[in-house]
Amino acid sequence: MAARVVLVAAVVLASFAATVSAVAAPSPSDLEAEFVCPTCKTTLDQSDSPIARRMKQVIRDSLAEGKTEAQIRDQLVAQFGPAVVAEPPKKGFDLLAWLLPLGLLVAGALGVGVVAWGWSRRRDARDGEDEPPARLDPDLERRLDAELDRYDA
Amino acid sequence: MSSDARPGRVQRVAQLAALIGVAALLGLLIWKVAFGRTTGAADELAEGKLVHAPAFTLDRLDRDGQLGMGDLKGKAVVVNFWASWCVPCRDEAPVLQKTYERYRDQGLVVLGVDVNDFRQDARRFMKRYGLTYPVVYDGKGSTVGKWGVRGFPETFFVDRTGKLVGERIEGAVDIERNRDAFQRGVALALGNTS
Repeated sequence: MAARVVLVAAVVLASFAATVSAVAAPSPSDLEAEFVCPTCKTTLDQSDSPIARRMKQVIRDSLAEGKTEAQIRDQLVAQFGPAVVAEPPKKGFDLLAWLLPLGLLVAGALGVGVVAWGWSRRRDARDGEDEPPARLDPDLERRLDAELDRYDA
Repeated sequence: MSSDARPGRVQRVAQLAALIGVAALLGLLIWKVAFGRTTGAADELAEGKLVHAPAFTLDRLDRDGQLGMGDLKGKAVVVNFWASWCVPCRDEAPVLQKTYERYRDQGLVVLGVDVNDFRQDARRFMKRYGLTYPVVYDGKGSTVGKWGVRGFPETFFVDRTGKLVGERIEGAVDIERNRDAFQRGVALALGNTS
Protein backbone atom coordinates (compact mmCIF):
# COMPACT_ATOMS: atom_id res chain seq x y z
CA MET A 1 0.00 0.00 0.00
CA ALA A 2 2.73 2.43 0.98
CA ALA A 3 4.72 1.51 -2.12
CA ARG A 4 1.68 2.24 -4.32
CA VAL A 5 1.23 5.66 -2.73
CA VAL A 6 4.88 6.48 -3.29
CA LEU A 7 4.66 5.35 -6.94
CA VAL A 8 1.56 7.46 -7.64
CA ALA A 9 3.13 10.46 -5.95
CA ALA A 10 6.27 10.04 -8.06
CA VAL A 11 4.28 9.87 -11.29
CA VAL A 12 2.27 12.96 -10.35
CA LEU A 13 5.40 14.90 -9.45
CA ALA A 14 7.14 13.88 -12.66
CA SER A 15 4.16 15.00 -14.75
CA PHE A 16 4.00 18.30 -12.90
CA ALA A 17 7.71 18.91 -13.45
CA ALA A 18 7.38 18.15 -17.16
CA THR A 19 4.46 20.54 -17.48
CA VAL A 20 6.24 23.32 -15.64
CA SER A 21 9.35 22.92 -17.75
CA ALA A 22 7.33 22.92 -20.97
CA VAL A 23 5.54 26.14 -20.00
CA ALA A 24 8.73 27.90 -18.95
CA ALA A 25 10.85 27.31 -22.10
CA PRO A 26 9.18 26.95 -25.51
CA SER A 27 11.22 25.29 -28.21
CA PRO A 28 12.04 27.07 -31.49
CA SER A 29 9.68 24.76 -33.37
CA ASP A 30 6.86 25.65 -30.95
CA LEU A 31 7.33 29.35 -31.71
CA GLU A 32 7.76 28.82 -35.44
CA ALA A 33 4.22 27.45 -35.54
CA GLU A 34 2.92 30.62 -33.86
CA PHE A 35 4.19 33.14 -36.40
CA VAL A 36 3.47 33.74 -40.06
CA CYS A 37 5.88 34.47 -42.89
CA PRO A 38 4.97 38.02 -44.03
CA THR A 39 5.50 37.28 -47.73
CA CYS A 40 4.14 33.76 -48.11
CA LYS A 41 1.48 33.91 -45.35
CA THR A 42 2.14 30.41 -44.01
CA THR A 43 3.48 29.64 -40.57
CA LEU A 44 7.25 29.76 -40.27
CA ASP A 45 7.54 26.03 -39.69
CA GLN A 46 5.97 25.48 -43.11
CA SER A 47 7.97 28.08 -44.99
CA ASP A 48 11.47 28.12 -46.39
CA SER A 49 11.36 31.64 -47.83
CA PRO A 50 14.38 33.88 -47.15
CA ILE A 51 12.50 36.06 -44.66
CA ALA A 52 11.04 32.98 -42.92
CA ARG A 53 14.55 31.55 -42.52
CA ARG A 54 15.72 34.89 -41.13
CA MET A 55 12.80 35.04 -38.67
CA LYS A 56 13.54 31.50 -37.49
CA GLN A 57 17.14 32.54 -36.91
CA VAL A 58 16.00 35.54 -34.88
CA ILE A 59 13.72 33.29 -32.78
CA ARG A 60 16.58 30.86 -32.11
CA ASP A 61 18.97 33.67 -31.22
CA SER A 62 16.40 35.33 -28.97
CA LEU A 63 15.69 32.08 -27.11
CA ALA A 64 19.44 31.53 -26.67
CA GLU A 65 19.66 35.03 -25.16
CA GLY A 66 17.02 34.00 -22.63
CA LYS A 67 14.13 36.02 -24.05
CA THR A 68 10.64 34.85 -23.20
CA GLU A 69 7.93 33.97 -25.69
CA ALA A 70 6.15 37.24 -24.92
CA GLN A 71 9.31 39.25 -25.60
CA ILE A 72 9.88 37.48 -28.89
CA ARG A 73 6.26 38.07 -29.87
CA ASP A 74 6.55 41.79 -29.07
CA GLN A 75 9.77 41.98 -31.07
CA LEU A 76 8.27 40.40 -34.18
CA VAL A 77 5.04 42.38 -33.94
CA ALA A 78 7.08 45.59 -33.68
CA GLN A 79 8.80 44.69 -36.97
CA PHE A 80 5.99 43.13 -39.01
CA GLY A 81 2.75 44.18 -37.36
CA PRO A 82 0.07 42.13 -35.55
CA ALA A 83 -0.60 40.02 -38.65
CA VAL A 84 2.68 38.18 -38.04
CA VAL A 85 1.02 36.28 -35.17
CA ALA A 86 -0.83 33.21 -36.49
CA GLU A 87 -3.62 33.43 -33.90
CA PRO A 88 -5.96 36.43 -34.15
CA PRO A 89 -5.73 38.72 -31.10
CA LYS A 90 -8.36 38.21 -28.42
CA LYS A 91 -9.63 41.80 -28.35
CA GLY A 92 -11.65 44.29 -30.34
CA PHE A 93 -13.07 43.25 -33.70
CA ASP A 94 -10.66 40.28 -33.88
CA LEU A 95 -12.51 38.71 -30.94
CA LEU A 96 -15.14 37.74 -33.52
CA ALA A 97 -12.71 35.23 -34.98
CA TRP A 98 -12.82 33.37 -31.66
CA LEU A 99 -16.48 33.89 -30.71
CA LEU A 100 -18.15 33.29 -34.09
CA PRO A 101 -17.14 29.62 -34.61
CA LEU A 102 -17.96 28.85 -30.99
CA GLY A 103 -21.27 30.67 -31.26
CA LEU A 104 -22.19 28.82 -34.47
CA LEU A 105 -21.30 25.50 -32.83
CA VAL A 106 -23.48 26.23 -29.81
CA ALA A 107 -26.33 27.53 -32.02
CA GLY A 108 -26.09 24.43 -34.20
CA ALA A 109 -26.16 22.11 -31.20
CA LEU A 110 -29.15 23.98 -29.78
CA GLY A 111 -30.90 23.82 -33.13
CA VAL A 112 -30.35 20.07 -33.41
CA GLY A 113 -31.59 19.69 -29.84
CA VAL A 114 -34.78 21.69 -30.50
CA VAL A 115 -35.57 19.77 -33.70
CA ALA A 116 -34.95 16.42 -32.00
CA TRP A 117 -37.16 17.46 -29.07
CA GLY A 118 -39.91 18.46 -31.51
CA TRP A 119 -39.70 15.11 -33.30
CA SER A 120 -39.89 13.14 -30.05
CA ARG A 121 -42.94 15.17 -28.90
CA ARG A 122 -44.79 14.43 -32.14
CA ARG A 123 -43.94 10.73 -31.89
CA ASP A 124 -45.16 10.60 -28.26
CA ALA A 125 -48.41 12.30 -29.29
CA ARG A 126 -48.93 9.75 -32.05
CA ASP A 127 -48.21 6.84 -29.69
CA GLY A 128 -50.71 8.22 -27.15
CA GLU A 129 -53.59 8.43 -29.62
CA ASP A 130 -56.11 5.46 -29.66
CA GLU A 131 -56.84 4.02 -33.03
CA PRO A 132 -60.53 4.45 -33.82
CA PRO A 133 -62.20 1.05 -33.95
CA ALA A 134 -62.67 -0.32 -37.39
CA ARG A 135 -66.36 -0.12 -38.39
CA LEU A 136 -68.12 -3.21 -39.67
CA ASP A 137 -70.35 -3.12 -42.69
CA PRO A 138 -74.03 -2.72 -41.37
CA ASP A 139 -75.35 -5.81 -43.28
CA LEU A 140 -72.46 -7.89 -42.04
CA GLU A 141 -73.04 -6.62 -38.52
CA ARG A 142 -76.75 -7.64 -38.65
CA ARG A 143 -75.91 -11.11 -39.95
CA LEU A 144 -73.27 -11.51 -37.24
CA ASP A 145 -75.77 -10.48 -34.50
CA ALA A 146 -78.32 -12.94 -35.91
CA GLU A 147 -75.81 -15.79 -35.86
CA LEU A 148 -74.68 -14.96 -32.33
CA ASP A 149 -78.37 -14.80 -31.18
CA ARG A 150 -79.02 -18.28 -32.67
CA TYR A 151 -75.93 -19.53 -30.89
CA ASP A 152 -77.06 -18.05 -27.57
CA ALA A 153 -80.48 -19.52 -28.02
CA MET B 1 -52.38 13.40 -46.21
CA SER B 2 -51.87 12.35 -42.57
CA SER B 3 -50.73 14.96 -40.02
CA ASP B 4 -47.37 13.34 -39.38
CA ALA B 5 -46.41 13.71 -43.07
CA ARG B 6 -46.60 17.53 -42.86
CA PRO B 7 -43.33 19.05 -41.63
CA GLY B 8 -43.62 20.87 -38.29
CA ARG B 9 -43.17 24.65 -38.01
CA VAL B 10 -39.73 24.30 -36.39
CA GLN B 11 -38.53 22.10 -39.24
CA ARG B 12 -39.83 24.57 -41.86
CA VAL B 13 -38.12 27.48 -40.15
CA ALA B 14 -34.87 25.50 -39.90
CA GLN B 15 -35.03 24.56 -43.58
CA LEU B 16 -35.72 28.17 -44.56
CA ALA B 17 -32.87 29.42 -42.41
CA ALA B 18 -30.50 26.90 -43.97
CA LEU B 19 -31.58 27.92 -47.49
CA ILE B 20 -31.12 31.61 -46.70
CA GLY B 21 -27.67 30.90 -45.22
CA VAL B 22 -26.54 28.96 -48.28
CA ALA B 23 -27.93 31.62 -50.64
CA ALA B 24 -26.18 34.36 -48.68
CA LEU B 25 -22.83 32.55 -48.78
CA LEU B 26 -23.22 31.87 -52.49
CA GLY B 27 -24.08 35.51 -53.10
CA LEU B 28 -21.03 36.60 -51.13
CA LEU B 29 -18.81 34.28 -53.17
CA ILE B 30 -20.18 35.58 -56.46
CA TRP B 31 -19.80 39.19 -55.37
CA LYS B 32 -16.24 38.61 -54.20
CA VAL B 33 -15.23 36.97 -57.46
CA ALA B 34 -16.96 39.54 -59.67
CA PHE B 35 -16.28 42.79 -57.77
CA GLY B 36 -13.88 42.04 -54.95
CA ARG B 37 -10.68 42.13 -56.94
CA THR B 38 -8.60 45.15 -56.07
CA THR B 39 -6.00 46.28 -58.52
CA GLY B 40 -2.80 48.04 -57.54
CA ALA B 41 -1.33 51.07 -59.25
CA ALA B 42 0.98 48.83 -61.28
CA ASP B 43 -1.94 47.01 -62.87
CA GLU B 44 -3.62 50.28 -63.82
CA LEU B 45 -0.35 51.59 -65.24
CA ALA B 46 0.01 48.43 -67.35
CA GLU B 47 -3.50 49.06 -68.71
CA GLY B 48 -2.35 52.46 -69.93
CA LYS B 49 -4.32 54.45 -67.38
CA LEU B 50 -3.14 57.73 -65.92
CA VAL B 51 -2.27 56.83 -62.34
CA HIS B 52 -1.12 59.00 -59.46
CA ALA B 53 1.49 57.42 -57.24
CA PRO B 54 -0.31 55.95 -54.20
CA ALA B 55 0.39 57.95 -51.06
CA PHE B 56 2.20 56.66 -48.02
CA THR B 57 4.17 58.07 -45.09
CA LEU B 58 6.60 55.75 -43.34
CA ASP B 59 9.44 55.86 -40.82
CA ARG B 60 12.85 56.56 -42.29
CA LEU B 61 15.73 54.15 -41.92
CA ASP B 62 18.45 56.56 -43.08
CA ARG B 63 17.64 59.09 -40.37
CA ASP B 64 15.00 59.97 -37.76
CA GLY B 65 11.55 61.04 -38.78
CA GLN B 66 9.16 60.05 -41.53
CA LEU B 67 8.98 60.53 -45.28
CA GLY B 68 6.13 60.19 -47.72
CA MET B 69 5.30 60.72 -51.35
CA GLY B 70 3.70 64.03 -50.35
CA ASP B 71 7.10 65.33 -49.20
CA LEU B 72 8.55 64.74 -52.67
CA LYS B 73 6.21 66.94 -54.69
CA GLY B 74 7.99 68.56 -57.60
CA LYS B 75 10.68 65.88 -57.59
CA ALA B 76 11.29 63.09 -60.06
CA VAL B 77 11.18 59.91 -57.97
CA VAL B 78 12.46 56.40 -58.59
CA VAL B 79 10.55 54.25 -56.06
CA ASN B 80 12.34 50.99 -55.36
CA PHE B 81 10.71 48.21 -53.28
CA TRP B 82 13.32 45.92 -51.76
CA ALA B 83 14.39 43.81 -48.79
CA SER B 84 17.77 42.84 -47.35
CA TRP B 85 17.03 39.15 -47.85
CA CYS B 86 16.34 39.63 -51.54
CA VAL B 87 19.31 38.47 -53.64
CA PRO B 88 18.69 40.58 -56.81
CA CYS B 89 18.32 43.64 -54.56
CA ARG B 90 21.99 43.31 -53.72
CA ASP B 91 22.91 43.34 -57.41
CA GLU B 92 20.95 46.46 -58.27
CA ALA B 93 21.78 48.54 -55.18
CA PRO B 94 24.97 50.04 -56.70
CA VAL B 95 23.07 51.01 -59.88
CA LEU B 96 20.39 52.80 -57.88
CA GLN B 97 22.99 54.63 -55.81
CA LYS B 98 24.87 55.72 -58.93
CA THR B 99 21.63 56.93 -60.55
CA TYR B 100 20.83 58.98 -57.45
CA GLU B 101 24.29 60.59 -57.40
CA ARG B 102 24.19 61.36 -61.14
CA TYR B 103 20.74 62.96 -61.34
CA ARG B 104 20.30 64.35 -57.84
CA ASP B 105 21.15 67.88 -58.98
CA GLN B 106 18.39 67.66 -61.59
CA GLY B 107 15.85 67.01 -58.87
CA LEU B 108 15.75 63.22 -58.95
CA VAL B 109 15.27 61.23 -55.74
CA VAL B 110 15.66 57.48 -55.40
CA LEU B 111 13.31 56.38 -52.63
CA GLY B 112 13.90 52.91 -51.22
CA VAL B 113 10.96 51.17 -49.54
CA ASP B 114 12.18 48.31 -47.35
CA VAL B 115 9.36 45.77 -47.05
CA ASN B 116 8.84 42.73 -44.76
CA ASP B 117 12.31 43.04 -43.31
CA PHE B 118 14.13 43.49 -40.02
CA ARG B 119 15.17 47.11 -39.44
CA GLN B 120 18.66 46.15 -38.35
CA ASP B 121 19.15 43.95 -41.42
CA ALA B 122 18.03 46.78 -43.70
CA ARG B 123 20.40 49.28 -42.06
CA ARG B 124 23.24 46.80 -42.37
CA PHE B 125 22.42 46.40 -46.06
CA MET B 126 22.35 50.18 -46.60
CA LYS B 127 25.73 50.55 -44.93
CA ARG B 128 27.22 47.65 -46.86
CA TYR B 129 26.23 49.10 -50.25
CA GLY B 130 26.85 52.72 -49.32
CA LEU B 131 23.27 53.84 -49.95
CA THR B 132 22.78 57.56 -49.31
CA TYR B 133 19.33 57.99 -50.85
CA PRO B 134 16.33 58.09 -48.52
CA VAL B 135 14.93 54.75 -47.40
CA VAL B 136 11.66 54.18 -45.55
CA TYR B 137 10.56 51.11 -43.58
CA ASP B 138 7.40 49.12 -44.34
CA GLY B 139 7.70 46.00 -42.18
CA LYS B 140 3.98 45.28 -42.40
CA GLY B 141 3.89 45.55 -46.19
CA SER B 142 1.15 48.19 -46.17
CA THR B 143 2.32 49.69 -49.49
CA VAL B 144 2.41 46.41 -51.40
CA GLY B 145 -1.29 46.14 -52.23
CA LYS B 146 -1.72 49.81 -53.16
CA TRP B 147 1.23 49.79 -55.53
CA GLY B 148 0.54 46.30 -56.89
CA VAL B 149 3.94 44.96 -55.93
CA ARG B 150 4.22 41.25 -56.71
CA GLY B 151 7.75 40.50 -55.58
CA PHE B 152 11.12 42.04 -54.85
CA PRO B 153 12.76 44.06 -56.19
CA GLU B 154 10.32 46.20 -58.12
CA THR B 155 10.90 49.74 -59.35
CA PHE B 156 8.47 52.48 -60.35
CA PHE B 157 8.95 55.97 -61.77
CA VAL B 158 7.05 59.07 -60.65
CA ASP B 159 7.22 62.36 -62.53
CA ARG B 160 7.26 65.82 -60.99
CA THR B 161 3.45 66.03 -61.04
CA GLY B 162 3.16 62.84 -58.99
CA LYS B 163 2.02 60.57 -61.82
CA LEU B 164 3.42 57.13 -62.52
CA VAL B 165 5.33 57.06 -65.80
CA GLY B 166 7.24 54.46 -67.78
CA GLU B 167 6.72 50.84 -66.81
CA ARG B 168 6.96 48.86 -63.63
CA ILE B 169 10.29 47.02 -63.53
CA GLU B 170 10.20 43.56 -61.99
CA GLY B 171 13.57 42.19 -60.94
CA ALA B 172 16.92 43.92 -60.69
CA VAL B 173 17.19 47.10 -62.76
CA ASP B 174 20.65 46.21 -63.99
CA ILE B 175 19.79 42.95 -65.78
CA GLU B 176 19.75 43.10 -69.53
CA ARG B 177 16.00 42.91 -70.08
CA ASN B 178 15.41 45.82 -67.69
CA ARG B 179 18.18 48.25 -68.54
CA ASP B 180 16.40 50.12 -71.34
CA ALA B 181 13.17 50.34 -69.38
CA PHE B 182 15.05 51.70 -66.37
CA GLN B 183 16.80 54.43 -68.34
CA ARG B 184 13.57 55.32 -70.12
CA GLY B 185 11.77 55.50 -66.78
CA VAL B 186 14.41 57.83 -65.30
CA ALA B 187 14.19 60.10 -68.35
CA LEU B 188 10.38 60.22 -68.20
CA ALA B 189 10.43 60.98 -64.48
CA LEU B 190 12.84 63.86 -65.06
CA GLY B 191 10.68 65.08 -67.94
CA ASN B 192 13.52 64.81 -70.39
CA THR B 193 11.45 62.98 -72.95
CA SER B 194 7.77 62.65 -73.87
